[in-house]
Amino acid sequence: MPDPILEIRELHASAAGKEILRGMNLTIRAGEVHAIMGPNASGKSTLAYVLAGREGYEATAGTIRYEGKNLLIMPPEARAREGLFLAFQYPIEIPGMTTMQFLKAALNTIRKHRGLEELDAIDFLALVKERAQLLDVDADFLNRPVNAGFSGGEKKRNEILQMAFLDPKLAILDETDSGLDIDALKIVAGGVNALRGQDRAMLLITHYQRLLNFVVPDYVHVLLNGRIVQSGGKELALTVEERGYGWLEGPDARTSEEKAAP
Amino acid sequence: MKDIGLVTDLYRSELSRFEREPAGTMPAWVQQLRQAAGARFADLGFPTTHHEEWRHTDVTPIVENPFSCAKRRPDITKAELEPAVSWAGPRHQLTFVNGHFSPLLSVLERLPQGVIAGSLADSCTISSNFLEPHLGRHANYEDQAFVALNTAFLNDGAFVYLPPNTMVEEPIFVVFVSCPNGEAAISHPRVLIVAGPSSRATVIESYLGLKDGLYFTNVVTEVVLGEEAVFDHHLLQQESRAAYHIATLAVHQGRNSTFTSHSLALGGALARTEVHGLLADEGSTCTLRGLYGATGRQHVGIHTRIDHAKPRCTSRQLYKGILSGHASGVFHGRILVRQDAHETDARQTNNNLLLSEDAVVHTTPQLEIFADDVKCSHGATVGQLDRDVLFYLRSRGLDLEDARRLMTQAFGSELIRFIAHDRIRNRFTELLPRWTSQTYSESFPA
Repeated sequence: MPDPILEIRELHASAAGKEILRGMNLTIRAGEVHAIMGPNASGKSTLAYVLAGREGYEATAGTIRYEGKNLLIMPPEARAREGLFLAFQYPIEIPGMTTMQFLKAALNTIRKHRGLEELDAIDFLALVKERAQLLDVDADFLNRPVNAGFSGGEKKRNEILQMAFLDPKLAILDETDSGLDIDALKIVAGGVNALRGQDRAMLLITHYQRLLNFVVPDYVHVLLNGRIVQSGGKELALTVEERGYGWLEGPDARTSEEKAAP
Repeated sequence: MKDIGLVTDLYRSELSRFEREPAGTMPAWVQQLRQAAGARFADLGFPTTHHEEWRHTDVTPIVENPFSCAKRRPDITKAELEPAVSWAGPRHQLTFVNGHFSPLLSVLERLPQGVIAGSLADSCTISSNFLEPHLGRHANYEDQAFVALNTAFLNDGAFVYLPPNTMVEEPIFVVFVSCPNGEAAISHPRVLIVAGPSSRATVIESYLGLKDGLYFTNVVTEVVLGEEAVFDHHLLQQESRAAYHIATLAVHQGRNSTFTSHSLALGGALARTEVHGLLADEGSTCTLRGLYGATGRQHVGIHTRIDHAKPRCTSRQLYKGILSGHASGVFHGRILVRQDAHETDARQTNNNLLLSEDAVVHTTPQLEIFADDVKCSHGATVGQLDRDVLFYLRSRGLDLEDARRLMTQAFGSELIRFIAHDRIRNRFTELLPRWTSQTYSESFPA
């Protein structure tokens, strides 16, 4: 069994002073695709942001080890350089910076960190062409300012394009399926599938099972009230789709500590 | 502050010395214009911060420095100048050193028939009747002290004349180089551009400080556009960091004419640009876009006044400022819509980015509307780098400083992309990151 890429132990985390994650455990190894499902406010996005190191999302207890190192003391850029990638649920617009400039800056920073030569304009363009094909993206798209005026589908495609560029070891996809019509979903899922591999782990965070029809996970976890309450194989997603989250929400799914709370 | 009246006296005596100098072959009307403006300056004196228009621009350092008229011949070779101008590629070039025309550093070949581009001093004599109806008629010396001062010392500068229906393909590059020689020199360059009906041209005005040092450029540019003329104007202000720069651009637009200006103002200890656009006939369009950057203790000011005098004219203004260190900036944008100027369409936007806690900017939009049936809007913002964008960039591996630098560039380049001329746009695109990197290493040393 390969060494874990990510080990989350008894993680408690808060956003805006409010505790959201309450003792979460998760282990992900290279080559594995995990899906975390959960209703609104279960802590899905908080998990994504704590992993990426966003300001305002604070781990208050527990540990996160990334390739054996303490992830929580690393600034966001160090996490990215070490191969952690977050595809944003709401990709940020950057007026005035083209997607091409953005990709080039990010790629060269990461290549430099990995001890590789920065790509010159010609090699960069060749790589852009190759990866852009994967996501059915044209030159016009790349020359537009990052996400500015993009449709929901274009924004999500841009996230996966960045992932294809930066070649991460652990990709976290935060509700990449939300707001996509079926065609856009197929393109995005196709891109994600093409990037699956022995050396790469993926964490798909999603509200619905829909994405998991196209990107079939190895493991499915259900997140409720800041804790994983159920884990299983891909069939767990179908159960959730059928029965909703209610059956998991019963008192049995809670810990004694919470039961004691007023 | 010293008694400003006393110091004005110093300029008066400098002026009377200038007036006693042999006027050369300047025609009588020029001499009369100078005298009228000189008299007006003596009455006006230098503005103080008590004047509403100068509230945030303290010219005390200009007033207190004993500037004297710049020496005629500093030694600048073509090789020294070339790196600063070669980016423009094939061009017509008028070069001025410390305000004086330098034929050796100028390139004036292949101009279309009838087009005049040359020294203003020479043109006043040779082509007097082309200049007389326009020179001093558009830049107002009655209540603008620095215009009065420039006009009183009017001596040299650039003159460009485009006959009706002419098109000049290559840009006309007007370069003002300052090369301080240990003396605190003042120059009063004057530019007059007369674009005949249905003519088209692209002009770049460039201000360069080749050496660090104290000097003062007080320039006035008048642009007169005939009916249907299309004129693309660019302004690159890269004075030395110790220099003072006061510029007035006065534009007079005829029927259905189009004036577009893009400016980049980065230099000077104190730099102020006034743009006065008069939409003097129906259907004309005036577009002003500018980027200003200041750091250290620099002060930069943009003061625009667009006068919609006639119906169905359009004006667009987009100015962006980046301020760092202890720098201060001013954007004062005034739109005046006269009583008959119905169907006016005027828009003004000013966005400022403050990179440090000590940087300040004063932004004042001002609309005065006396007509009905007009579309006018204005908006101003002052902000810092967006934290969400910073995080987005860092989540892709960029460190905090690189992320900040790229975002600052992005803020500026939004405006540069509008420049139609490839080489000019490329030049602006090249200067912005250079300035940004310099500003960051200066304001946030590692």
